[in-house]
Amino acid sequence: MNLVLIFNTFNGLITGAFYALLALGLALILGLNNTINFAQGAFMALAAYFAYTLEPSLGFWGSLAVAPLLAGVLGLAVEVFLIRRLYKRDPLYSLLLTFGLALIMQDVIRTVWGANGVPLSIPDSLGHPLSQTYFFLTGYRLFVVAVALVGTGALFAVLRYTRLGIRIRAGNADLETVSALGVNIYLLRTANFVIGIVFAGVAGILAAGQLGLEPTMGDGLLMPAFVAIVVGGVGSLMGSLLGGLLIGVASGVTTAYFPAASEAVIYLIMGLMLVVRPRGLMGQEGLFE
Amino acid sequence: MRPSNLKQHLGTGVLALVLLTAPAWLHYVGGYNDIASRVLIYGLAAMGLNLLLGHTGGLSFGHAAYFGLGSYGVGLMLKYMTHNVLLALLGGTLLGGVVAAVLAPIAVRRRGIYFAMITIAIGQMFYFIAIRWQAVTGGYDGLTGFSRHALHLFGFDWTMGSMGFYYLVVACFALGALVLWIVLNSPLGHTFVAIRENQKRLTFLGLPVQRYAAISFALSGFIVALAGGLNALLDNFTSPNTLNYTFSGDLVVIAVLGGMRNFWGPLVGAAIFVLVRDYASSVTDNWMSVIGLIFVLSVLFFPLGVMGFLQRKGKST
Repeated sequence: MNLVLIFNTFNGLITGAFYALLALGLALILGLNNTINFAQGAFMALAAYFAYTLEPSLGFWGSLAVAPLLAGVLGLAVEVFLIRRLYKRDPLYSLLLTFGLALIMQDVIRTVWGANGVPLSIPDSLGHPLSQTYFFLTGYRLFVVAVALVGTGALFAVLRYTRLGIRIRAGNADLETVSALGVNIYLLRTANFVIGIVFAGVAGILAAGQLGLEPTMGDGLLMPAFVAIVVGGVGSLMGSLLGGLLIGVASGVTTAYFPAASEAVIYLIMGLMLVVRPRGLMGQEGLFE
Repeated sequence: MRPSNLKQHLGTGVLALVLLTAPAWLHYVGGYNDIASRVLIYGLAAMGLNLLLGHTGGLSFGHAAYFGLGSYGVGLMLKYMTHNVLLALLGGTLLGGVVAAVLAPIAVRRRGIYFAMITIAIGQMFYFIAIRWQAVTGGYDGLTGFSRHALHLFGFDWTMGSMGFYYLVVACFALGALVLWIVLNSPLGHTFVAIRENQKRLTFLGLPVQRYAAISFALSGFIVALAGGLNALLDNFTSPNTLNYTFSGDLVVIAVLGGMRNFWGPLVGAAIFVLVRDYASSVTDNWMSVIGLIFVLSVLFFPLGVMGFLQRKGKST
């Protein structure tokens, strides 16, 4: 019995690390661009399909590096030509815009790559199961966790120590003042949006390696990221991280005892959190609290 | 009576006439009863949502949950408990509405964009319950095995063919619109609008803003659930897609597209949405991108919606 619990907690942590990676890009864009990016899931799917197309020529590693950047370029275009026009309006409008965009992108994916699922092949070196006794661990899952850790660490380092990062954090706290100090906030928001999309791209490719590709794959990835953000505390990156881990573990443990509820449980946790502590684990303002 | 009021009543009268005579002329313009029912059902749902969205200023992205609960409520009641369509409608409306009323105080604790995130996440919970609780809901395949039976009211039979059902929809739509109109023209409705305009000021005045926002949420939940129940009757089927957040998005877009500051705006949006979807899905598999394109264009160029655009045009001339 205890073994099952440990097994599933561990699996849940791995899933949670992945949820956290999904949530971070979304949280970045939510914070500075003041946009709930519904197209985040579509960008994840698109990056994964880019990787799928590039893989024969660039290999897994090459496409893992290039595909998110391609998605980032598309994100750049979307921000500059569409989302930027809406910053002065109610966030409702940018939300609806990205929602419409997601529908369009899904259709484009379906048209270009077909409606049926395809697999993304992963390198043999990552495919072997490393352990099946106390926990189920393949090299690939370990790799996903490693990327999540490194990616998160890198993001936090950038936010902490680089000029861009400091401006992003400052903009999060008070955009007007940052603008008054002579920072080009349009550029800043564009850069932030692109970083968020690149993160989404990496997460999408990693997910595809495990689950395969489907035009609607982004839908299933977007929602846990939402919940992670709400549970962790909207506005806090650290919170999104913790939120992701928490719902991952919860979902893993539930899978052991009551598999049918493995999805619903994360929403239940979110509901409880909203009742007990509406501001989420890590509360409100600022990226670091 | 102010002239603008008179104009509004005249408009309502014309609308009533159009709706009541629709089955007589619809087929001349290429329509059919069921699509008129769909327009009214989506219109009612979007008007209900718009009580919260356009009039109280709360962007809920999870109202599909209450629509879907209304649908499942009606379907389950017809399947297992009663053959009375009206009773089932009542049951579905209560199910969706009561759940909305219970969740409302939790949802309204945050504002703006955070409120949107919370409502969507709450809404998704019901989507996954519907998918996983297969024994009751039919899972991914949806709920089947029920149909609308003829009504026996006061000794006369109300058949539920496409025309009979259309008039049931018209009746429910009129009821919902009447409730919304009364609420919006009452002090309660003015409080809602005041919340939208300046929540801080109301808080300083000592008004329990969250309580009023919750009331608006619950009321809109009841109306949306009624529409959801009608939708289940129209199709004799309920799919988990009616619970998914994408459908919430559809409802929001319908309201915004038609004009969320206008009483009838969401109905206009519903007409455009349903007709475009019907047409697009008959000519191309990629009809979703047509809908998506409508979102993008309407957000960029018609932020006030069709009705807002027309009104502004009318004022400037």
